Amino acid sequence: MSERVPAAQTASASARTVKRRRRGVLRTYLTPKQAIPRQARLVLGIGSFVVILAVWQWAAGVLDNPLFLPTPVRVGNAWVTAIQQRHFIGDVGWSAFRIIAGFLIAAVMAVPLGLLMGSFEIVRAFFQPPINFIRYMPASAFIPLLILTIGLGENEKLTIIWIGVFFQLVLMVMDIAHRVPEEMLNVAYTLGASRWTVFYKVFLPATFPEIVDALRITMGWAWTYLIVAEIVAAERGIGSFILISERFLRSDAIIAAIITIGFLGLITDNVIAAIHRWAFPYVEKVHA
Amino acid sequence: MSEIRLTDVAMRYRTRKAMVQALDRISLTVPDGQFACIVGPSGCGKSTLLMIAAGLVQPTEGEVLVDGKATSQAGADRGMVFQSYSLYPWLSVRRNIEFGLEVKHTAKPERQRLSAELIRLMKLDGFADAFPKALSGGMKQRVAIARALANDPQVLLMDEPFGALDALTRQIMQELLTDLWQRYRKTVLFVTHDIDEAIFLGDVIYVMTARPGRMRTTLRVDIARPRTFDTLKTPEFSNLRNQVVGIIHEESMKAVESELARA
Repeated sequence: MSERVPAAQTASASARTVKRRRRGVLRTYLTPKQAIPRQARLVLGIGSFVVILAVWQWAAGVLDNPLFLPTPVRVGNAWVTAIQQRHFIGDVGWSAFRIIAGFLIAAVMAVPLGLLMGSFEIVRAFFQPPINFIRYMPASAFIPLLILTIGLGENEKLTIIWIGVFFQLVLMVMDIAHRVPEEMLNVAYTLGASRWTVFYKVFLPATFPEIVDALRITMGWAWTYLIVAEIVAAERGIGSFILISERFLRSDAIIAAIITIGFLGLITDNVIAAIHRWAFPYVEKVHA
Repeated sequence: MSEIRLTDVAMRYRTRKAMVQALDRISLTVPDGQFACIVGPSGCGKSTLLMIAAGLVQPTEGEVLVDGKATSQAGADRGMVFQSYSLYPWLSVRRNIEFGLEVKHTAKPERQRLSAELIRLMKLDGFADAFPKALSGGMKQRVAIARALANDPQVLLMDEPFGALDALTRQIMQELLTDLWQRYRKTVLFVTHDIDEAIFLGDVIYVMTARPGRMRTTLRVDIARPRTFDTLKTPEFSNLRNQVVGIIHEESMKAVESELARA
């Protein structure tokens, strides 16, 4: 974005210019959809965190009750301690493993089915009604049932993630496949391509970038379901760390764990966005 | 010889309310090396006719023959250029142009020779390795035309290819296309709603009626080639123009009236 420098700013220095310059600045910042300088964006972005931390510190000071609201410093200390005791790192590892495994299983199943549903009416007509129905059932509601049927082990965690991700992802991929412009396929036919060639040389590549976007979005949801599953029943994992911290009245450790999840989410998101930029340099806009 | 012939092509389809007759027994023949244009009021089914000619839509009745042989589906013998360019965004300009050749398993050196030639001819030098996102509308359409030509189809079908371009770019593209045609002498069936474009490019203009689409008249364009920008200023051009405008206007009015009658 080019920053528009109001013409008034370049005018000669006089009393009037000062007044006009101020109006120019206001105009830059308070015009709808007007780009602001890059530095200003950076300052505002960091500033928001500073404000949040300041308000938090102040509120914690006023309340003066570490159980109800520990100070940021206290949470920071709890985080450092948690990391020093290797236990927490192990918990993060367990959660990450479950996320990756559960998510991969769901994605490997959802992407092909979604593509088929988006391209063949016959597949869509068969699968869409039940998937649409099931996707409104919250994944977390299945936890007690799964504990009864398949127990407390890893399978239960992976199944929860699978339920939470699979049904949503199938429908997203179906939509993506459905949106591939028909003319793109038609051009290939008039260039002599067979249906199979059109499928793997045109249809599939046309869906890839958006599929990676869909994976990025559903990955975030997977975290929610995992933590719920771990809080309900798990010996290891960030969710169980949170539950144990609660028993010891350690609000600071709980907040530290939640913030850790935020960071992990941010990292995965950025990694997938970077993969997207690297693998699909031809896409017009990357909304990272 | 590369001739395309449509015989008694009719298209009907059923909507929830009624049976719609989109095209009514259209027959036309574009002989080898002729540039034929189809014009008509909007909604007359001229694009549908072209889709049928390409084999992408099956007509309710009638046949499409290429060199006297009936066709049942789309194929490399009839190349098509759409208004929306429909380039493959994940392929470079060069690979887009080579797409049909790749499908045909043409050897790589031959592929590259052909695409390099078309890139030069289409004034796309320096953009061979660019992705379509880096191109302007006019350049994208030049790639789409090059992609169709690279395959050396017997017939080139073009569906309002310059409809999305601004007036200046459109004029330049028309001049480029007429030059290309002089060079390759392809059989072309070109659909447009731009009357000037049809006269400037065509040997023959088919004027269609409002729905149901029928052939109203066929006009020969006896304006000497090669045609240039100056052709637009000749009296023959404006005479023909007035003639076609009159017919289209009449048909468009009919279309509006029948729409009002239905409403």
